[in-house]
Amino acid sequence: MTTKPRTLFDKLWDSHLVRPQTADTPAVLYIDLHLIHEVTSPQAFTWLRERGLTVRQPARTVATMDHSIPTTPRGADGKFKILDSQAEKQLSQLEKNCQEFGIELFALGSEGQGIVHVIGPELGLTQPGMTIVCGDSHTSTHGAFGALAFGIGTSEVSHVLATQCLLQNRPKTMAITVEGQLRPGVTAKDIILAVIARLGIGGGTGHVIEYRGSAIRALSMEERMTVCNMSIEAGARAGMVAPDDTTFHYLAGRPRSPQGVDWDEAVEAWKRLPTDPDATFDREEKFDAAKLEPMITYGTNPGMGIGISAAVPAPENATMEKALGYMGLEAGKPLLGKAIDVVFIGSCTNSRISDLRQAASVFKGRKVSSGVRAMVVPGSQRVKKQAEAEGLDRVFLEAGAEWREAGCSMCIAMNGDQLRPGQYAVSTSNRNFEGRQGAGGRTFLASPLTAAASAVTGRITDARQLVG
Amino acid sequence: MDPIRTFQTKTVVLPIENVDTDQIIPARFLKVTSKVGIGAHLFADWRYDAEGKEKPDFILNKPAAKGAAVLVAGDNFGCGSSREHAPWALYDYGFRAIVSTSIADIFKSNSLKNGLLPIVVDKATHAKLLAAPGMDVTVSLEKQTLTLSDGTAVKFDIDPFARYCLMNGQDELDFLLAQKEEIARFEATPR
Repeated sequence: MTTKPRTLFDKLWDSHLVRPQTADTPAVLYIDLHLIHEVTSPQAFTWLRERGLTVRQPARTVATMDHSIPTTPRGADGKFKILDSQAEKQLSQLEKNCQEFGIELFALGSEGQGIVHVIGPELGLTQPGMTIVCGDSHTSTHGAFGALAFGIGTSEVSHVLATQCLLQNRPKTMAITVEGQLRPGVTAKDIILAVIARLGIGGGTGHVIEYRGSAIRALSMEERMTVCNMSIEAGARAGMVAPDDTTFHYLAGRPRSPQGVDWDEAVEAWKRLPTDPDATFDREEKFDAAKLEPMITYGTNPGMGIGISAAVPAPENATMEKALGYMGLEAGKPLLGKAIDVVFIGSCTNSRISDLRQAASVFKGRKVSSGVRAMVVPGSQRVKKQAEAEGLDRVFLEAGAEWREAGCSMCIAMNGDQLRPGQYAVSTSNRNFEGRQGAGGRTFLASPLTAAASAVTGRITDARQLVG
Repeated sequence: MDPIRTFQTKTVVLPIENVDTDQIIPARFLKVTSKVGIGAHLFADWRYDAEGKEKPDFILNKPAAKGAAVLVAGDNFGCGSSREHAPWALYDYGFRAIVSTSIADIFKSNSLKNGLLPIVVDKATHAKLLAAPGMDVTVSLEKQTLTLSDGTAVKFDIDPFARYCLMNGQDELDFLLAQKEEIARFEATPR
């Protein structure tokens, strides 16, 4: 009997079916790793208590604090200043929940703390072939390792806590193939912003994307995470990259990676995961890496993106008109040279050490333009420590940028780090929705290179012109 | 959650595409540990000015919108963040169904768990609804139809299991908990 060629997604789906889909019921899918944080979990624990349930697999559940925590430097007493009593309650609730149900927690102030999608990979918790969920739409980040990873709501958080399973209908598959070589100054962030600009913010709905092709293979793990991270911004459930030597090299020796004989066995199994040569996808899109340029968004969703030297497009409908109105932009005019107020470098999209190195390469020997506030927020305490060991913190501080503690910070603006009404920001984060970075704030999404270059000039800038 | 079968109501129309969950409920209102009273923050930045006063121009603040339980919105409603606070806020405010030409995946899944029906209709039906804000409509989950004021009954798709749960006021978690033995068997099998 010959088996039908399967995609990476097919293999992961098949191997996690506790019960297949029927005409009347969705599939029961087993979840290998459940990541939780303070904002989308409290109600789930309350429901568990109300029904007298326990956590089925505490060892497959890991918690951190990231969304509502302060990222301002600690006080002289080494303590964090929590924004308000509500945030404080949410944090203490998570601590209590983890204690009561036996869940490992990387609390504020601990060495392992950081943005949930930064710490999973850096600890080696995220591994190829796993199903991974979290009450956060950017869980797609973990797909960079050849895992099936997607965001869920709080009801589903309670489902996974209680049963380690989820009810799921099989999504469709989409191949996004990026062939060729990126030109200097064009980054993983620019790839994904170009993908979303083509698909549109709803274009990937119902699909799991596999990113393929020579340009994807050439990316580092951190760059692949940036690409997979924003899959949801095209509406896709998940984004994945097949594991290869780059993946194995990244994972080798991480604290939670398999060790010794287990490692060898794991790698053998992981090598069987990539999509079979003759497997087909429900939809395919192709991109030429050499034709991509640095991307930036002009509107109020991540699909409204253009090449950095392009002009703001003419509105095609009322929604786009509303977006340009909110952004205070005129169609036909370029974004280059537009004055900005704030630069935010951070978030689960671009807060890893390679992102900070890129930003530092621009800041080195330069100053943040007067009148611009630049914030650099590392994704985790480990990233922070590494950056400080490399002297990157000095580069940022000497340039006049703020060097912060690890967290989501101004990406979601829950912790007091936020734009004032009307302010313009160039941000390395993932969402430019109205008010996302603070009520009335206006966001241009771009790469760390573009963000840093714009901080230095005080205007939207093509980093290639600055660095050469 | 109360079982849903059939209900009659009027619509309120929000003709904007890609309404993301950050608009439905901004992140600063996510610092809660329950979902009680969350409807007060629904569409907060569109509904209230900086002083917290209602903006008279926003559709939900108009007298005609009061009591409407069906929200007709533009394409790709509920995109963005996975926050379940979005359907919680819509439900708590009084909405029982969202009608659009497409609805984002995670929002749709979250809505089905909270008594909020995500109803996807064809463009022609959508255009009729957009053109007549406040239309009296009937939603039948039993028949899977949305009946317009002119009597046209439009069929809509819904996940059969979610429909069963909603019609019987049941919870998906009960079904998962009943799979205990199969889950244990799966866990015991080497992979």
